[in-house]
Amino acid sequence: MLKYLEGSHGVSQVVAMCRPNVISAYPITPQTHIVEDLARLVGEGELEAEFINVESEFSAASVVLGASAAGARAYTTTTSQGLLLMNEVIYCIAGMRLPIVLTCANRAISAPLNIWNDHQDSMTVRDAGWIQLHAEDNQEAADLHMQAFKIAEQTFLPVMVCMDGFILTHAFEPVDIPEQKEVDAFLPPFKPQNIVDPRWPRGIGLYADPRFYMEVRYILHRALEKSEKVIKQVSAEFAKAFGRESGGLLKTYKIEDADLVIITMGSVAGTIKDLIDQLEDEGKKVGLLQICSYRPFPRKEVYRVLKDKTNLLVIEKSISLGRGGILGSDVRWSFPRTEKKDRKISCFVSGLGGRNISISDLRYAVARVEKEPVELEFLGLNPEIIAKRDM
Amino acid sequence: MITASSEDLYRVEKKDLFASGHRACGGCGQALAARLVADAAGENTIACVATGCLEIFSSPYPDPNWRIPFLHSLFENVSAVASGVEAAYKALKKGPVNIIAQGGDGSTADIGFQSISGMFERGHNVLYICYDNEAYMNTGVQRSSFTPLGAKTTTTPMGNTTRKKNLPLIAADHGIPYVATATVDDFRDLQRKVKTALLINGPKYLHILAPCPLGWGHTGDLTVQICRLAKATGLFPVFEIINGKVTNVVKIQEKKPVEEYLKLQGRFKHLFKKGAPLKEVAAIQEIANQNIERFNL
Repeated sequence: MLKYLEGSHGVSQVVAMCRPNVISAYPITPQTHIVEDLARLVGEGELEAEFINVESEFSAASVVLGASAAGARAYTTTTSQGLLLMNEVIYCIAGMRLPIVLTCANRAISAPLNIWNDHQDSMTVRDAGWIQLHAEDNQEAADLHMQAFKIAEQTFLPVMVCMDGFILTHAFEPVDIPEQKEVDAFLPPFKPQNIVDPRWPRGIGLYADPRFYMEVRYILHRALEKSEKVIKQVSAEFAKAFGRESGGLLKTYKIEDADLVIITMGSVAGTIKDLIDQLEDEGKKVGLLQICSYRPFPRKEVYRVLKDKTNLLVIEKSISLGRGGILGSDVRWSFPRTEKKDRKISCFVSGLGGRNISISDLRYAVARVEKEPVELEFLGLNPEIIAKRDM
Repeated sequence: MITASSEDLYRVEKKDLFASGHRACGGCGQALAARLVADAAGENTIACVATGCLEIFSSPYPDPNWRIPFLHSLFENVSAVASGVEAAYKALKKGPVNIIAQGGDGSTADIGFQSISGMFERGHNVLYICYDNEAYMNTGVQRSSFTPLGAKTTTTPMGNTTRKKNLPLIAADHGIPYVATATVDDFRDLQRKVKTALLINGPKYLHILAPCPLGWGHTGDLTVQICRLAKATGLFPVFEIINGKVTNVVKIQEKKPVEEYLKLQGRFKHLFKKGAPLKEVAAIQEIANQNIERFNL
């Protein structure tokens, strides 16, 4: 049923319909509305689950780790500093192959303290062995959670659903909330494999010496690569069951005969599509490639879609300080080194700490790269602030 | 509250659920304690273990020596992991099962202090066992907040200058229903405490003094004797705190001066080197005297 509600509430309602057995979370802006809603649903008996209020994000991740290892469908949510505090457990959850689902309400990282949106938090754990799916809007954010549990439980990989903090979590939009029976039909009950249970004593989390460690990590890497197929398949099943496209590896917009392709993730795709429509009216052919699955990074799909395109513009909300754009690096790596094509890949770091990315900012970026490629530029910097500080 | 007879509480069948074949040093107090704990808890038990000596000597892939389910995640989160296991059992309506979280003094009192406090405060039905060997032994004998006054470690080469953190009393002040201390020389007392704790619903804390021959600088055959002297000097009080009241204090039969305990261990050798004992020995004796008075040992 179509409901006009806040992004966080769309997510919490769908998460509740996924029937998690154990939820544990620690409050942090802008994730709070998701946990508050779930706590209420558990408290009022609408959702039969254990809700564990913990003393830190570190323990929230550890509680869901223990719960998942004991056979529960487990869920947590955090953002920013909370995700960084979880970092050690995040790696451990993936290494232990526990199919936990986490919502990351994407937010900037201190210092300076900043509660607003960018992608630096989830980027920081991109190498941990989690699947990372980025939502464009509140409908997709809600839908991706249904898919996330299904993908996680088929691959025994944890899934992080990334949704832009405030821009999505606190925005009101119409969201189609499914019926419980539809969710149950789409998402079967969790069938755990290796669990701690006295009936079948086994060790989980044994340590691996140099004879075994590399193989375990290789198998995990392969599992991530192989999960591409599952992500596509679950997205297709979702489309069939609910009649709308959501998730998958990537999405394109007006890309077929585009001279310039913008590549991005998350909610800014909406603004970019508006710009593309405007430019089309002005006679310019610009297209969009939107990465939904950032990990695994769909390198082959990206190449397939972009192989004939020579002018690419990456708009991303994170940076590897001292190196440059992160998504930009992933895109550059998607093309074979043997390729002889003269391809220009430009990278604009934008929207850090909640800085608005306006249509005119994007227009400027497009105009720049139409002239010449841009190795790296911060979009929309205020030169007055920099002049005082940049020694 | 505890309905079992005292005879039942002392009856433990030797099943070797923590089996031979582990890689602990000879005379390791922690390995001995872990075996006693596993047998007292029985088959219907899940052992959650923090990173540390116990985890390293008992859980190499592919041949761990546990015969009960074993779960290891990280150094500082075993209390939260055990909380999650308990929550899963509740949510899935499984059980009853004994859930035991175990760690050394570092993972319990230092890096895992926040996590254990959270587990106590939330009231999870978990027994936490701290194997106290008074330093970070797994990494090569570095100081922890349980390292006693005067003890030499690799990071306190001149001797530790602070007193040991008193975690049993901190645990009790969380209002949890059961707190106890034990030593590895007294099998019956230790195993009775495990069995007693597991009959109580809620968070329980059992603090076991577990000598480390390597870190303490004594031969493996002295583990038991050192435990007895730790009690006879008053340096390690053995007691139970049930619902906030101190009960079952193990009384000292024949009080010994702390020198007898200290002189057996290399980590305290420097206190006696220059002929007369250093002033720290008097300070350590004062700690023992305070314990004797406080717990009426």
